[in-house]
Amino acid sequence: MPEPVASSHPITIDPTMSNAVTNAPAAPPPVEKVRVKVDGREIEVPKTMPDWQGKMQPTTMLQACKIAGVEVPHYCYHHKLPVAGNCRMCLVEFSTPMMDPATRKPVLNEDGSPKMARSVLPYEPQTPRGAIACATPISPGMEIHAASPATKQMREAVLESLLINHPLDCPICDQAGECKLQEYSVQHGQAASRFVEPKVHKPKAVDLGPRIMLDDERCILCTRCVRFTRDVAGDDALGIVNRGSYNTIASAPGRSFDNNYTLNTVDLCPVGALTSKDFRFKMRVWFLKETPSVCTSCATGCSVTVGSREGIVHRYEPRENDAVNGPWMCDSGRLNYRWIHRPDRLGKVLLRGAESDWTSAIAELAALLGSAPKGSVAFVASSRQTTEELWLVSRIARKLGALTDTVAREGEPDRLLVSADKNPNSQGARLTGVSFTEAGVTIPEIARGIDEGRIRTLVVLGEDVTKAGISSETLARVGNLVVSDILPNATTAAAHVLLPGCAHVEKRGTFINGKGRIQRFGKAIEPRGDARAEWEWLQELAVALGAVEPSRSIEGLFNRMASDVPALAGVEWARLGDLGVTVPV
Amino acid sequence: MPTEHRLILKNADAPGYTPDIDCYLRHGGYESLRKALATPARELPDGKKQSPQEVIRDEVLKSGLRGRGGAGFSAGLKWSFVDRRSGKPIYLVCNADESEPGTFKDRQILHKDPHQLVEGMIISCWANDVRLAYIYIRGEMPHGARLLNQALSEARAKGFLGKNILGTGFDLEIHVHRGAGAYICGEETGLIESLEGKRAYPRIKPPYFPAVLGLYMSPTIVNNVETLCAVRHIVAMGAAEYAKLGTPNNTGTRIVSLSGDVVRPGYFEIEVGKATLGELIFDPAFGGGLKPGRKLKAIIPGGSSSKVLKAGEKFRLRRKGADGQMVQVETDLLDLPYDFDSLQQAGTMSGSGAIIVMDDSRDMVDALANLSEFYAHESCGQCTPCREGALWMAKGLERLTHGGGRGEDAEYLLHIAQNIQGRTICAFGEAAAWPVLSFVRKFKDDFVARGKADEDARARGVIPSHHH
Repeated sequence: MPEPVASSHPITIDPTMSNAVTNAPAAPPPVEKVRVKVDGREIEVPKTMPDWQGKMQPTTMLQACKIAGVEVPHYCYHHKLPVAGNCRMCLVEFSTPMMDPATRKPVLNEDGSPKMARSVLPYEPQTPRGAIACATPISPGMEIHAASPATKQMREAVLESLLINHPLDCPICDQAGECKLQEYSVQHGQAASRFVEPKVHKPKAVDLGPRIMLDDERCILCTRCVRFTRDVAGDDALGIVNRGSYNTIASAPGRSFDNNYTLNTVDLCPVGALTSKDFRFKMRVWFLKETPSVCTSCATGCSVTVGSREGIVHRYEPRENDAVNGPWMCDSGRLNYRWIHRPDRLGKVLLRGAESDWTSAIAELAALLGSAPKGSVAFVASSRQTTEELWLVSRIARKLGALTDTVAREGEPDRLLVSADKNPNSQGARLTGVSFTEAGVTIPEIARGIDEGRIRTLVVLGEDVTKAGISSETLARVGNLVVSDILPNATTAAAHVLLPGCAHVEKRGTFINGKGRIQRFGKAIEPRGDARAEWEWLQELAVALGAVEPSRSIEGLFNRMASDVPALAGVEWARLGDLGVTVPV
Repeated sequence: MPTEHRLILKNADAPGYTPDIDCYLRHGGYESLRKALATPARELPDGKKQSPQEVIRDEVLKSGLRGRGGAGFSAGLKWSFVDRRSGKPIYLVCNADESEPGTFKDRQILHKDPHQLVEGMIISCWANDVRLAYIYIRGEMPHGARLLNQALSEARAKGFLGKNILGTGFDLEIHVHRGAGAYICGEETGLIESLEGKRAYPRIKPPYFPAVLGLYMSPTIVNNVETLCAVRHIVAMGAAEYAKLGTPNNTGTRIVSLSGDVVRPGYFEIEVGKATLGELIFDPAFGGGLKPGRKLKAIIPGGSSSKVLKAGEKFRLRRKGADGQMVQVETDLLDLPYDFDSLQQAGTMSGSGAIIVMDDSRDMVDALANLSEFYAHESCGQCTPCREGALWMAKGLERLTHGGGRGEDAEYLLHIAQNIQGRTICAFGEAAAWPVLSFVRKFKDDFVARGKADEDARARGVIPSHHH
């Protein structure tokens, strides 16, 4: 049986490469090539290519067409799921070199070119026969007619069949705008249907599980969801009941479809059958601005796309990254965005309870820290902050001879994507020196320093230290408590200087995941109120303290950090791309 | 005059013949198995050596035996495709899911002479190094399943089955698995899925050819009941003698199920190709002719999915002339020899050997509506063209036969059927499309007239236009 997906996207670090930074997998061994033609153009393709699990298998027509830059439309095929071959949308006409049955040699035309035999029905030689490109291996000399009249006719026919019983309710369908039925109808559809019979009716608004709603009438029975949950998530929860045109996707009787990966089926569903209860009827997808980002719910750091409109985040979707999450993400991470828009978000700069502004606050901080005796300042930062921010903390702390640490956040891992480390940037904290390998071990020493009066100033970034080893009583002994955070808590309530912080979707930066993948993320929405990206004010402070040279942009700041942090040697912002690079950790 | 040649059904209907092992043994039962197990290895003229198992496999290949389930593929070749180097067990599965409308031959064997099948299976398993085999029997045949289980336990008790069969060291177990009532379970890869406990969705080929990736992803042979019984007779007679039965490339005997508008419907075992369609319908030894006063309208020659043949049709068959050259011979419908190749050349197939005769009392539109309803009901729904097309055709025909017809419905139906055949995962697509393609093409006037009559009636207000 197929391996679980977790083992199929290993982090690719080639130990033989001397360069510390690896971006691409190791150079593959020389591969045997096969020459085929796609729409008359000859190309050379590898004889074998990775299947959905990464195992080398004979190259398929669909893969060859992709190499040739020719898209073969498909519904059921997905490159990270076992091949089903049921939608038939990828049927293509093809030709193979004619073989002389006696000599087993190719038959040649007068000009010496091989004579080709077009695929036909064995029982009706005047009728072209298609092969499903997703599952049919190529053979030497094969020609794939991906745009021939016969191929087009087959596609039109499949599309017509898929639409006859479809409700055609696009105006109220959440999938509208990102629907393969719509897309292929534009490319391969017909203006009118010949269908004059009553449609098949099936269940609507089926509550499949806590996060998934199913419209069986929209379903095209491609079984992507069935295969995903069985073969990737390892939960054989979905299947098909009834027969023929009445086939219906259903969860096992008495069972709720409730594993932590169910929402991936909404992404996989090429039509509007499976919808997210969280997202349905909320927003037309074409209004969404898409920002590449990283999930912050654990140290896996799944690549995501943030969908937002006019300052409101509406959804996260996984963004395919084979070095991290493949095309998947867990439901709990995906839905962990609501807090961004909590009404109690901190939005004002407060100095000893009074409203202030950034200029005054930074000036006061610079004066305070600049005059602090060595060892009298400590920092508790957060591994939810960006690597650049953590580096700035470490530079300031070094200048001041301050203790630093972050707060560990542990939970249950799973066998697929979820990490036991619930911080998105523990590695960033380690590599910049803000924390030791074991985060939080310095916090008792900081608490002792406060209690013994040695530490007078405590800077807390994004953590409630009263829940992390510094009691409220201890906190009350701090002379100057400087706190930056996003949401109110016991620590922000005690702050002498309170600075409103940003959610990661409100700023730019990088996280380094548990396996050393450094990924950058973009800014999807504007910060709330007076909130500013922490790296901006941290840099102003650091410059004022003479801890760093100023950088004018996040790019410059990153590159300056990379040249300072040994583990990041050679990494540049521009090289991170959308998928990041892996650094040794 | 052609007559039956009973080989497989030799004893089945003999007075006093019972399905128990004692009766079978009294009639020479399991002697072929003893003969097979005692087969010596042999050296071929070219010096190649054949193991005893290879000898039997070679015999089956040389016998010319073609599968009796429907496709008519060489049984010996099918066996030769088995991947014998995979290191995985090889399975043999007997397809006893006889479900093609009009077909009632396998059940004669299962109900009357089950040990013959068991013996054929044991020989076939031995010849193919199979240690575990299954009989997948149609769910609607509970009595057959009981008899098979009885036969298997009797065979076990006598040492023909189980450990160390007849002291040769060969171990084999056979299990009966009952289906749950779906036609698609007769499709060999659907059958395999069902046997694995899953929904009988046929597998895509490539890559899932049973000979390589069959039951439990292991090499698997799926043979029809009648085919496996024939193996027993090939061993008993020798391939050369068996191949003398029937006609070249269409050897042996096969059981024909004759139904419909004939005086004497029933099953008849004939030498393949030694009787014509006309003889099978009209000869007193077979169908005994049409009912009084009736004329022939059509013949469905190989189970309900085969393309219908129209009375009076003529075909050009390729035949070897006196000088050995191939010539085309014009042949009347009723002169078509009932074999694999002739029917294929006539544009149809002998399929499961089921002939359905329709006389002039039959309405082709009604008949097709009935057939299409069956195929819509039995489509597994896995792949798009068949899932959507089969029901679409059935609905169109339901409308056409219930007052909602249109003159254009003939073309409408052809259009749907053409978009199914050749585009599906399994041959069910053809099974659903071919009746429509052949009925509508060959009896187009009937379909157009039916639709036009409805249009006229609607125009005159005789029937309501509720469909539009």
